[in-house]
Amino acid sequence: MTVDLLFSWLSSLTSTIEDSSILLLVAIIIPCVALFLVMAVNAIVMVYVERKVAAFMQDRVGPMGQGVGLHAGKWGLLQTVADALKLLTKEDIIPEKADKFLFILAPFVIFIGAFIAIVAVPFGETVIVADFNIGIFYILAMGSLGVIGIIIAGWSSNNKWSLYGGMRSAAQIVSYEIPAGLSIIVIIMLTGTLSMQGIIEYQSGGMGNWIIFANPFAFIAFLIYFISVIAETNRTPFDIPEAESELVGGFHTEYSGMRWSFFFLSEYANMLVVCAVAAAGFLGGWHSPIPGYFDSNGWGIFWMLSKIVFLIFIMMWFRWTFPRLRVDQLMNVCWKVFLPISLINIFGVGVWTLIFG
Amino acid sequence: MGVVHGEQMVLNIGPQHPSTHGVLRLKVKTDGEIISEITPVIGYLHRCFEKHCENMTYDQVIPYTDRCDYLAAMANNFGYVVAVEELMELKVPEKVDYIRVIMAEFQRIASHLLALGVYGLDIGAFTPFLFMLRDRERILDMFEMTCGARLLYNYMWVGGVSHDLPKGFVETAFQFLDYFEPQIEEYNNLLTYNKIFIERTADIGVLPPEVAISYGVSGPNLRASGVKWDLRKNAPYSIYDKFDFDVCIGDGGQGSLGDCWDRYYVRMLEVKESVKILRQALAQIPKDGDVHQAIPKKIRPPKGSIYSRTETPRGDLGFYIESDGSPIPTRVKMRSPAFTALAVLGELSEGWMMSDVISILGSLDIVLGEIDR
Repeated sequence: MTVDLLFSWLSSLTSTIEDSSILLLVAIIIPCVALFLVMAVNAIVMVYVERKVAAFMQDRVGPMGQGVGLHAGKWGLLQTVADALKLLTKEDIIPEKADKFLFILAPFVIFIGAFIAIVAVPFGETVIVADFNIGIFYILAMGSLGVIGIIIAGWSSNNKWSLYGGMRSAAQIVSYEIPAGLSIIVIIMLTGTLSMQGIIEYQSGGMGNWIIFANPFAFIAFLIYFISVIAETNRTPFDIPEAESELVGGFHTEYSGMRWSFFFLSEYANMLVVCAVAAAGFLGGWHSPIPGYFDSNGWGIFWMLSKIVFLIFIMMWFRWTFPRLRVDQLMNVCWKVFLPISLINIFGVGVWTLIFG
Repeated sequence: MGVVHGEQMVLNIGPQHPSTHGVLRLKVKTDGEIISEITPVIGYLHRCFEKHCENMTYDQVIPYTDRCDYLAAMANNFGYVVAVEELMELKVPEKVDYIRVIMAEFQRIASHLLALGVYGLDIGAFTPFLFMLRDRERILDMFEMTCGARLLYNYMWVGGVSHDLPKGFVETAFQFLDYFEPQIEEYNNLLTYNKIFIERTADIGVLPPEVAISYGVSGPNLRASGVKWDLRKNAPYSIYDKFDFDVCIGDGGQGSLGDCWDRYYVRMLEVKESVKILRQALAQIPKDGDVHQAIPKKIRPPKGSIYSRTETPRGDLGFYIESDGSPIPTRVKMRSPAFTALAVLGELSEGWMMSDVISILGSLDIVLGEIDR
């Protein structure tokens, strides 16, 4: 949608260029670069926020700087920038016994999974790269691409710890897709559309119309979705694939420097995507909580981002509060608790819609 | 349903691993996530403590005892000097006894706080660890105030202590205790009764009392299995018979008796008991008295041998000292509680999963400095 808009805007600007394929290419590249910047800035900001949130919860001050210049800036604002520079300049180590091709490929597979999912994430009424008619389905599908990268990384490192991490995450992420997907079905049942913008349009008109408050089953669906995506993004209490105290580093044990930071970048990008889906699907997306109150186009971006940031903060809160589950307990929660509840939920929403809707 | 046995894989946990609490190597035979055999390989931190002792005077041994159990250096000093004093039949002034008990109990709190916090870290909870280290820091500050050192003190000498308590120590100590007691509730709310934490620790690595006794396991690990055995009560040394405190034992509060949660919780209870002892000792300590008064000029124990035991945060610490009448001991043998605790690991972990091995190892609270010596 945006690509089309951009293309027509560009062609109206430059009537002299005959070959429209160049313009099309430009119209495609511009959003791609923008999305990449969104991901990079997101990771840098989120790492900083995560460290500050952790410090706040643990009675510490977190990254602090003594001034400007090379001392990590005021309040340590430049800390993550400095860290990123450090990672860029680090030696790139590939273990001798590793499967080199797959080892190099793995971070990109994970990165691409996160990157192409963002394409369909709406940040405002018109701020969306592509509003597919199967948007939410597309995001779910692309979100699970990352697991392939994790398995490749775990396998190709030729390290037992990595293999453990890869195998664990394969089981975990594939399992938790199911309750997350079934919770999404609740949204689709209520709105009757798969398009992200369509889902958000449905929730216009204040907090009362948000899907999370539509009926009790939708509320449960939100909780299940949110917990499941925490598992999908490998965050505590479900961070068993990279459980530091057990598996050293899990699937990224052998990675270093920039390759390692790609895993990190993707983790935070994935958090952004799943929280954006939760915000768009359950919390009214870019709509203001009160109808007519700062509800213009520009404020839409603000509302969407603040909802995403709030959900990400809750994820961080979890991480710095909870211990980690064991791998079989994790599976128990998924298959014996979440899956039945999700199925009952779908049934419940159907009945509720029949009676009240 | 039959059990499927896949190909076994040998996995080395350590010597460089975040959860082995030092340089310990565990040779683990695994079938997927399930552990079928586990062999601890020790010796990476061996520093010839006992051999060194045969070439040094009695007081020169004390700094070496610091470096055995480096998380409870005071308690190790205490064990050694009590043994030498017993061999020399030396009586120390009352004030020295009080100072030693105060230091040993503060050390017990500090050591248990680290054990509990790191256990949380093993299970995956990061925040309790920093909460507990924050409070441990205040104890270390008090040690620093007293003898200048924060980890390895060389504080207790044969016949006395190196420095008298500084001015204002008792007030600072009371302030700390008043601050610290409510903190225990906070730890309990944050970690002890957390549902996930209980899931990960209850019913896991159950150590039956008979097995514990037959392996010679001591200290909190033994008490967690329900055996009421504490040398401070059962064979009082120094002035422990003057204080009123309970010996805490595990009761299988969240699962079965002697599981990881019990071992964790007994330490939490012991911290409370240490606070109780400290309050009494700090109130009763004599105002004046010279702490150097009984320190002998030359330490020449009479010919003979002694085996003396004390209760460190990790259990029964035994010192066997043989003297031929010269200023240098003929033999010093240390019986380390962490060594026996590690010995029982294989028995506990078989058939459990990878993650459980980490939680069982953490619950035993081993210090490699003391195991390898």
